[in-house]
Amino acid sequence: MAVAVVAMAAAMPVVADAGVALVKYEVTGGESIAKSLTGKPGDAAKGRGLAIHRKKGNCLACHAMPIPEQSFHGNIGPDLAGVASRYSAGELRLRLVDATIVNKDTIMPAFYRTAGLHRVLKKFKDKTVLKAQEVEDILAYLLTLK
Amino acid sequence: MGIEQQGLKRHLRLGTIIMALIGVGLGGSIANAGSDDKYRAGDRSSGYTYAAKETRAMQDDDFANPAYIWIDQGEALWSTAEGAAGKSCSTCHDDAADTMKGVATRYPAYDKSLGKMKSTEQQINICRVKQMQAKPFKWESSQMLSMTAYVNSQSRGMAMNVKVDGAAAPFFEKGKAFFNERRGQLNMACKNCHEDNAGNMARANLLSEGQSTGFPLYRLKWQKLGSIHRRFRGCNKNVRAKPYGYGSDEYVNLELYVGWRGRGLPIETPAVRN
Ligand code: HEC
Ligand code: HEC
Ligand code: HEC
Repeated sequence: MAVAVVAMAAAMPVVADAGVALVKYEVTGGESIAKSLTGKPGDAAKGRGLAIHRKKGNCLACHAMPIPEQSFHGNIGPDLAGVASRYSAGELRLRLVDATIVNKDTIMPAFYRTAGLHRVLKKFKDKTVLKAQEVEDILAYLLTLK
Repeated sequence: MGIEQQGLKRHLRLGTIIMALIGVGLGGSIANAGSDDKYRAGDRSSGYTYAAKETRAMQDDDFANPAYIWIDQGEALWSTAEGAAGKSCSTCHDDAADTMKGVATRYPAYDKSLGKMKSTEQQINICRVKQMQAKPFKWESSQMLSMTAYVNSQSRGMAMNVKVDGAAAPFFEKGKAFFNERRGQLNMACKNCHEDNAGNMARANLLSEGQSTGFPLYRLKWQKLGSIHRRFRGCNKNVRAKPYGYGSDEYVNLELYVGWRGRGLPIETPAVRN
């Protein structure tokens, strides 16, 4: 199985949130990041909130989710109900980190990437949409969707 | 033009509407009322067809359409002399209903002396500076929006038909590349939303094809008229991308490509959107 190390193009560390370097991760088989980005277990309740938050995950912009108290779920992507029975934790982590690795044409934003982006607003430059722990929190929430 | 005359115009407009209603009554058929077929051409459709019923109704009725405050201002400006040459638009262009008819279907257009594309706003300022020796209007000023809307509204119902071959071809290609290029922290291209996902919901927003045929238009969110470049800037900032300047070459070329995407759609300036 092919193993590729992404996120670190050169020796220069990529700056993520306020000077924090991006965590290195390994993509296995082009479809999975098996290892946690932080080593700290995700918090599913926090993750649910982050998935709703318009300036964080904003997953509802594109996905229907079993979050009935929020109105207007988007339908650009598939319904995420039951998504944990379709994908492993590693596969879900990869989709959160950078879905373009799976499908280069996807509209889904890469939530943990700073490289190869064009004309990013200054305020967001060299910052990831989600912090490493926030990725793990949303992942913990997704894993409850069986 | 005096306030009274503007009032008179409004009465005339009301008269036209009443006549139209009588016409429908006499025809005995209102089967087509509410049909949006005229806002489609081939596989393309205007943002009108995606808009809520209430929003469409505002656009359909010139009296309910809040953009008419700007159209009326544009009409007044048309015959107001300004600048050292002591001329107004009407000095050279007479009745806008004749001379400006079709302009919106052709712009942005290639300008030989500039060696690039120019938008309607830029042509208006060329005339103000060169012909009237007046100050150029600021892009998003109420005067520029009024004048552009007034000029474009003279083409209402005419089919979008920008020229994209010949000298315009390289600029068209640049606009097309812009449309398809991902940008911003969210890494999205215009195409991702307005081509791949037109008809889908982004949260509470029904995504349209991102057509330009209603501009300048009244946006309920803005509570005023806005230019197409304002819209481009908003769509750039939403994906956390650095916007370009009003009137930048990038946006004028993009406007050309967007105009071509809407070829055959009727000009509907001043449209209403939410
Ligand atoms: C701009 C739209 C957009 C946003 C925002 C978005 N997604 Fe997606 N997502 C998609 C699309 C479209 C797909 C379909 C697969 C593809 O395009 O490759 C998808 C696929 C997925 C999949 C695979 C689902 C399946 O059944 O195959 C998961 C899991 C997922 N998204 C999770 C998320 C989460 C969690 C968030 C928020 C942190 C999110 N997405 C935000 C558009 C989006
Ligand atoms: C002194 C005469 C003169 C005045 C005053 C003048 N223009 Fe022009 N206008 C021209 C000429 C000549 C052209 C042909 C293109 C060129 O040379 O710029 C033109 C072209 C245009 C066009 C493009 C028409 C087309 O078919 O492509 C528009 C739009 C326009 N003018 C709008 C205006 C507006 C609005 C005003 C008032 C703010 C105005 N003009 C004032 C002379 C004038
Ligand atoms: C994240 C999705 C998204 C992206 C990317 C995006 N837009 Fe939009 N755009 C919208 C939404 C939402 C609206 C308002 C609803 C509608 O008309 O689609 C809109 C509206 C528009 C409109 C007004 C349409 C009308 O009928 O009034 C135009 C024009 C437009 N966009 C052009 C563009 C261009 C050009 C780009 C690329 C620079 C772009 N958009 C990128 C989401 C997007």
